[in-house]
Amino acid sequence: MISAGIGIEHYLTVGAILFVLGVLGIFLNRKNVIVILMAIELILLAVNINLVAFSAFMGDLVGQVFAMLVLTVAAAEAAIGLAILFIYFRGHGTIAVDDVNRMKG
Amino acid sequence: MIQVLAFYLFAAVVIASAVFVILSRNPVHSVLWLILAFFNAAGLMVLVGAEFIAMLLVIVYVGAVAVLFLFVVMMLDIDFASMRAGFIRNLPLGVAVAVILLAELLLVVGAYGAGGIDIGTADGSRATPLGLSNIEALGALLYTEYILLFEIAGIILLVAMIGAIVLTFQPPKPGARGRQDVGKQIARRPEEATIMKDPEYGKGVEL
Repeated sequence: MISAGIGIEHYLTVGAILFVLGVLGIFLNRKNVIVILMAIELILLAVNINLVAFSAFMGDLVGQVFAMLVLTVAAAEAAIGLAILFIYFRGHGTIAVDDVNRMKG
Repeated sequence: MIQVLAFYLFAAVVIASAVFVILSRNPVHSVLWLILAFFNAAGLMVLVGAEFIAMLLVIVYVGAVAVLFLFVVMMLDIDFASMRAGFIRNLPLGVAVAVILLAELLLVVGAYGAGGIDIGTADGSRATPLGLSNIEALGALLYTEYILLFEIAGIILLVAMIGAIVLTFQPPKPGARGRQDVGKQIARRPEEATIMKDPEYGKGVEL
């Protein structure tokens, strides 16, 4: 399927870089919840790339089934996260997360 | 040869757009870069023969999730410039964590490539059996052996949908203008809504 020269390592490297960029995005945009949610989407995308690459590499379709489940959870997470963001904004008029310390977690 | 070129193109664009997602000053630009990243990740998945997941990525992520993000970003009226305040302060820590994490992950990939563990062959069996399309093979697996997983995914989506609606639903305020009370409207009879008058010529009607 893949011609010589591109192996699983290439895919894993892309997945690793995407994952690290997602983590870095969470660190850099500490105040902006929307960008944090987008960074989480990037992390889940990296997970999906890894699952699909291993599925193709191992000759086992189960990896793609699990990639579908990850996709479903990512969509649900985005919907719930944005809903929470929306009600927080309606109550406070801002989405600055470093002010969210009422529960002292 | 064309596959190698395509792989490097997709990989470079997906990484570049991920960088712009986290560095962009305007969240709307971030969402647009995110869409580009999803498209190119879908391209990467097509290259290894996972057409169905690639299609799902375009439909679900680009079509639904990214558009949801765009809606919310545009609906919330926020001064995004003030949100950047902690950016420089968090930069050294963030970069340090990122460098360590990336070094570890690349070490794992390198160790794996060195062939320490033998768990499969890249040029051996293919994920999709010969003579079947990716979607056929995946469907045959998903609707038989992994039907429970599939149902759970559906329940997760249902719960998420109901949860999002419950969280954001505002009950209408009583007496608010423009609200219709259907029961009240249907219960209204002609006798109580109209009166018949037979005024004389040239005179008005006293109500």
